[in-house]
Amino acid sequence: MVTVYADPFDTLFNLQRALEARIASDWLQNQTAGQGPFPPINVFQQGDELLAIVELPGVDKNDLQIQAQENTIRIAGKRNVDLPEGVSVHRRERVFGEFDRTLSLPVQLDPNGIKAEYRDGILALYLPRSERDKPRTIKIG
Amino acid sequence: MASAQDLQVQKKREVEKKEETTIPARVFLPNADIYETPNELKVVLEMPGIEKNNVEINIEDDVLHVDGRLDLSKYSGLQPLYTEYNVGHYARSFQLSSKIDQSKIGAEMKDGVLSLTLPKAEEAKPRTIHVK
Repeated sequence: MVTVYADPFDTLFNLQRALEARIASDWLQNQTAGQGPFPPINVFQQGDELLAIVELPGVDKNDLQIQAQENTIRIAGKRNVDLPEGVSVHRRERVFGEFDRTLSLPVQLDPNGIKAEYRDGILALYLPRSERDKPRTIKIG
Repeated sequence: MASAQDLQVQKKREVEKKEETTIPARVFLPNADIYETPNELKVVLEMPGIEKNNVEINIEDDVLHVDGRLDLSKYSGLQPLYTEYNVGHYARSFQLSSKIDQSKIGAEMKDGVLSLTLPKAEEAKPRTIHVK
């Protein structure tokens, strides 16, 4: 008999392995466009919906611009990392600047159903498939 | 530094520890900005996805430890299709050079960015010495 340990670290490892396994995926290959690969995006499937999770710590919600059209979604904005005047800097690792990225998804989206949520430095985009893009069951008459 | 530069993705760095954990899950190093004013040391750490209740900060023997635990339940039931980054807990330690008044450390978490204010102890503050 195999005992299953409900170890949170084990859960983390399994999640990390699942994410790792998809890094080589060509699901969005040659489909992302924009000025650069910032910010990094993970795309998940949740039932019929797609869920794009973007790591964007320390961005003002008002500086974020999200546009959706048919099968593309654009994420643009800027990130400021301001230091007060007259301080002596020991380390500077956080990057700042402007970004503009467009994701082209291999499915049609329902632009009215898209929801965006920004919390704890994570931007979550709920991307429902448009009704006409969903597979239909055809009965043989 | 120009503010209109294009942002590049920073590859997440992993924590290197002397001991290994029994399960090879990864822990990442949060990006940090550290700066000093005459009265305090400021440490700003980026930990996207970490809730403020899951952050642990302590100072022991002049070493500052910051731990951020990721809530994995948010990822349950999600099937990855395409990924560009990995997720995990965050941890980082810094050896502090100036004496810090440990009773007055302030911490604030906003949008996945943790800002620590470490006030310098009285004796560590810079002072001007007048020549008589």
